[in-house]
Amino acid sequence: MKRLLTSTCALAIVLSAGAAQAQLKATITGVPEIPFTTVPNYVKPPANEYMGESVAVATNSKDHLFVFHRSSPTSKLYEFDQNGNFVREIGKGYYGFEFAHSVRVDKDDNIWTVDEGTNMITKFTPDGKVAMVIGRRPPAITGPAATRTGPNPPDQKYLFCRPTDVAWDPQGNIFISDGYCNNRVVKYTPDGRYITKAGSEKAGKGLGEFNLPHGMQVDQKGNVWVADRSNFRYQVLDNNLKPIKEITNLGVGWTACASGGAHQYMFLSNSNPNGNGPGTWDTTGEIYKVELDGTVVGKFGRPGKLAPGFQVVHMMDCRDPNKPVLGEIESWRVQRFILQAGNTKAASAR
Amino acid sequence: MKRLLPLLLAASVLAGFPAVAQNNAPTLNYDGDVNFLKTPNDVYLGEVGGVAQNSKGDIFVYTRTGHPFMTLGGSRYFMHGGSQLFQFDRNGRFVRELGHDMYGFMFANQVRVDPQDNVWVVDQMTNMVIKFDPQGRQVMLLGRKAESVNVPFRANPGVAGGGGEGGGGNAGPVGAGRPQDIFDRPTDVAWDSQGNIYVADGQGNSRVAKFDKDGKFIKSWGHKGSGQGEFDNVRSIAVDAQNNVYVADGNNHRIQVFDANGTFKSQISNLGNPQAICISPGANQMLYVSNSNPPGDIDTAGEIYKMRLDGTMVGKFGRAGRMAKEFGTVNAIDCRTDNSLLVGEIANLRVQKVTLR
Repeated sequence: MKRLLTSTCALAIVLSAGAAQAQLKATITGVPEIPFTTVPNYVKPPANEYMGESVAVATNSKDHLFVFHRSSPTSKLYEFDQNGNFVREIGKGYYGFEFAHSVRVDKDDNIWTVDEGTNMITKFTPDGKVAMVIGRRPPAITGPAATRTGPNPPDQKYLFCRPTDVAWDPQGNIFISDGYCNNRVVKYTPDGRYITKAGSEKAGKGLGEFNLPHGMQVDQKGNVWVADRSNFRYQVLDNNLKPIKEITNLGVGWTACASGGAHQYMFLSNSNPNGNGPGTWDTTGEIYKVELDGTVVGKFGRPGKLAPGFQVVHMMDCRDPNKPVLGEIESWRVQRFILQAGNTKAASAR
Repeated sequence: MKRLLPLLLAASVLAGFPAVAQNNAPTLNYDGDVNFLKTPNDVYLGEVGGVAQNSKGDIFVYTRTGHPFMTLGGSRYFMHGGSQLFQFDRNGRFVRELGHDMYGFMFANQVRVDPQDNVWVVDQMTNMVIKFDPQGRQVMLLGRKAESVNVPFRANPGVAGGGGEGGGGNAGPVGAGRPQDIFDRPTDVAWDSQGNIYVADGQGNSRVAKFDKDGKFIKSWGHKGSGQGEFDNVRSIAVDAQNNVYVADGNNHRIQVFDANGTFKSQISNLGNPQAICISPGANQMLYVSNSNPPGDIDTAGEIYKMRLDGTMVGKFGRAGRMAKEFGTVNAIDCRTDNSLLVGEIANLRVQKVTLR
């Protein structure tokens, strides 16, 4: 009986894992593979320094790369030049850095960090000075608190709960996805004043509701693309955060990247899940190149511990849509891909 | 729910905030320079607890920055770091860090410079008041940092006190504290013409503690309440040339004025959340008061009042926000030069130089 019980439990676990994997796997078929090469040894950290979980990458207008990675004793923000040579560390000792989640560069080359350990979104000027802060680090004076269980407390206009990403529309309005313990997207004026939100502290499945909004970008039209990770979808919202549509056939919905260039594409990653579970490399890990109307142009990439595979792509930079930069959580690695534009071949069977 | 409770309390406090406490005060014209202080590449101001100038114009900033951390000690945890004290020259150029890695620096709340140019730091988390001489040497300590934090953690300790000796504590009425230099989240320090020391104590206790110039305890007054001589969140303190003691009584939205023995004299009411006060020097002393917005909200309060010592309003300026000429939770005002202020902001991680026209 004991053995039977054990095997029944094991079967149940396998079944539920199978169900989850089924949700992770993209249902779209017939997407052409985009051939690629990679830049060898692209990012070169200083001697004797190692980057941690490379969760966030972004380039500026000079093709300098910013990597916001989870390191020791806290997260660090590194700048590299266009050849991947180390330039400097920004924010050394900065109060708003504990646990990195996103870095993005705006049209004026300001560098914005999203830190889910301090709940702070920080705008750095191109020379690395703090220009604006939204959100507040929970003050140490309140002391260590037990990890919360139960329902999330009500969301607040100007405070975040493990926020995930930041973006801007063409007018400079600020959008923040928030996050792991709120489930919302918030819109602010360029001066950082609250305008509106979609979602709340509560997770939900309806349109305009979220379950772990994990990555976000605003396209040229001002529409907001949200990687709604635990709902296994992307949502597209209009500029006032009213839902337009959902995209449910591209897998998990981990992160999004809006390209530069006159013809804008959206890159969407069906990242393989953390933990390298059995079968996950066969069903997930590809990145889709998508037109703003949702038409899927192609896909590239596969999971793997060794380059050019990726072990959980956390964030992408695609300022040049043919040279995306990918940051990985579990391989602590940043890779630059060279995609062959307009030269796709038929998808291999998965 | 454990975390929810403080949030609800905070929300109820917010609800009591007047958007602008003094609607009829005339608006003063002013400029705001948010780039006055120049920091080296690896120096970042965090939440600015305090900013103060000495007689030579040197500027001291006590700020919550870096990374507060805990170290493991079996059943006890030890807390360190999280605040730094920086010195700038009169033109805003960075000079040096004082008290690097100091044991008493964790949660910056205030820095003040006394008439002899000694620099005093008040730390809300280590419950310490630290006096540096003009050369930056540590010369006197009031209070004691709690030894450690016990495991398991309290859900919302409110006080950095914990295992072992040191830290906060009460005896008698709530907030009255002990008749000694054991503080509970102290916020500010001031001196009278004899050099007696007045400590605003604070956010945990609700009292003013008075010491002589050598640090010997003289007396304390006040406990939690809303009557005369009672306090609810002692935010800031200042002494005028006649040795009257001005106490910012935050949650009672007022400043209470006492004589040097703690006898109530008068109060200035309807000040919103008076979080930072400063009395300018000279023959015609002015009182500056910030009705500071909460750190998590820029849609309420945020203006600074200029008034005479009797509470007569001269005018007001500013509002809550993130841009220049706006304020993000002012916690400190330096008014050594009347009409040329240094304003320390918590939410915007900066010191803003304000010039009144």
